[in-house]
Amino acid sequence: MTLWLIVRRSLRQHGLSSVVTAILIALAGGLLMSVWAVRRQAHATFTGQSGGWDAVLGARGAKLQLVLNAIFHLEASPGNLPYEDYLAISSNRAVAAAIPLAVGDNYLGYRLVGTLTNLFGVEYRPGVSFRLEPGGRLFEDGYREAVLGSFAARRLGLKPGDTFKPYHGLNFDPKAQHDDQYTVVGVLEPSNTPSDRVIWIPLAGLQNMSGHDPATATDVSAVLVKLRTPVAGQQLDMLYNRQGNRLTFAWPIARQMADLFDKFGWFDAVLAMVAWLVALVAAGAVLASLYNSMSARRRDLAILRALGARRRTVFAAIVLEAATIAAAGMVAAYGIYLAILAGASAVIRAQTGVVLDPFAPDPVLAWAPLAMIGLGALAGIVPAFKAYRTDVASSLAPES
Amino acid sequence: MALLEITDLRKSYRAPDGTCHEVVSIPRFTLESKVQLALSGASGSGKTTFLHLIAGILTPDSGRIELDGRLMSALPEASRDRLRAADIGYIFQTFNLLQGFTVLENVLLGMSFGPGADRGRAASLLERVGLSHRLHHFPRQLSTGQQQRVAVARALAHRPKLVLADEPTGNLDTANAREALALIRETCSENEAALLLVSHDPAVLDGFSQRLPLTELNRAANTPVTGGAR
Repeated sequence: MTLWLIVRRSLRQHGLSSVVTAILIALAGGLLMSVWAVRRQAHATFTGQSGGWDAVLGARGAKLQLVLNAIFHLEASPGNLPYEDYLAISSNRAVAAAIPLAVGDNYLGYRLVGTLTNLFGVEYRPGVSFRLEPGGRLFEDGYREAVLGSFAARRLGLKPGDTFKPYHGLNFDPKAQHDDQYTVVGVLEPSNTPSDRVIWIPLAGLQNMSGHDPATATDVSAVLVKLRTPVAGQQLDMLYNRQGNRLTFAWPIARQMADLFDKFGWFDAVLAMVAWLVALVAAGAVLASLYNSMSARRRDLAILRALGARRRTVFAAIVLEAATIAAAGMVAAYGIYLAILAGASAVIRAQTGVVLDPFAPDPVLAWAPLAMIGLGALAGIVPAFKAYRTDVASSLAPES
Repeated sequence: MALLEITDLRKSYRAPDGTCHEVVSIPRFTLESKVQLALSGASGSGKTTFLHLIAGILTPDSGRIELDGRLMSALPEASRDRLRAADIGYIFQTFNLLQGFTVLENVLLGMSFGPGADRGRAASLLERVGLSHRLHHFPRQLSTGQQQRVAVARALAHRPKLVLADEPTGNLDTANAREALALIRETCSENEAALLLVSHDPAVLDGFSQRLPLTELNRAANTPVTGGAR
């Protein structure tokens, strides 16, 4: 009680430096928690993001590129594969479902993906499949109709009944507009998956877009595959990747993304190191702030000692004060964490369609504040030792 | 048995030029319970050092200080702190109030290291010294005389057996000094605490029936001596 009173009064007396130091702790703590949480959530979300599919079949190339293209709608397709390959895998007894995708066009930077309407019936998460917003319907094969992901629809300002003319290529080039006009017939409800950023059109529509090579009109960019059993994945891996040399079978999808994160493990380590360095600098600020105030406090400490406070009491008061500054900073750090995560989430969503949840529980939200408070208390030890050594007699009134 | 018994007490300081100066050399001194005694002495006569030694803030080079039957001079620092917090009240010339704490908190702190904070007693003591309307003011918001009254209340808050007062009126004008001195003496009597007051002011000393020149007590000449200074 007494200790806490001493700490509270001291914090009030040195309000400005305490607040500035707490802000530093808040920034450091917010950054530390954000780095960890974004890292964990991004890893968990990207490696867990399969859209309900087990594998992707595509042209010979890198498995990661195939997954990024077909599942995350990023990157270019490594090439096309004949429609017969789609028919072959879809009729394989080990395959429960196979849906072809065709890419190659965009509208104002948002990717057009040609596919079959069966895709929308697949559960992209267990028990959850795509749903249309009220007033919409799925496109019909053979018509120039489009169904938009929720994010793309909102960003493009398109709604059922609106029309647009796609552009050639995956990147927006105003000079490469097609003549074909598409009508929006439906908008999907948000799925928090990369599909939210896609403009879905009939497979044949993309294949036969004006200006596309008629010789490859039946080719597809990739085939999404759902397997009947995990063993089937090994069989098809053997068939396409080891025995064959024309196609690539990316299976399992999560492993490809995990490999990607592993490749950037060093970047994670650098980020974590920077976050820890910032935390250490903030702890240094606690130390400097308290240490510099010790001369001004010498008399107060001597008075406390003259009143009977033991050395360990004044030592504990300074350490507790440092820990309190850190604790106050970490309370504010949650706000900074939410702001950073909301910003990062918006950027990641805009770029990939994947949504991070700033409010998702994460162990870092518990251990980082404890670590920062511990670090703050540790930083308080040096000034506390100075307080501990305060000479009472010489710090009180001049002798007579 | 006397409340305070001092035998062969010595204290010297090392000056910046390396020489040792003995400032306290008291062969024998006693103070009975509830007695009020004034010691007179000029500046530099070792008054504050003597009180600091009694309070356990300083340790003597040699000699014995016995307070209420406990050999204070032989106790480790933490025990002396405990003893001071429990049995000794200290009134300083410059009041030494904690500026960041309210009047009430200053008094509560005077108790909290000893018997424990007692809000009721702190408030009643402040009422006794005429500051019941200033409980939540800060020292800087008080007049000098009011600050000294807070210091008096703080010194008596934990019901000490002995109150040490070091030039308690040194910073006050004549009227406030007279008032403060009367208050110190009255409150010490009411709380059955012995009072050992040191001052160089004849106006203060004249009011005490028991008074003693420190020079009679202290044989230290404050001249360089040989030997280990602390």
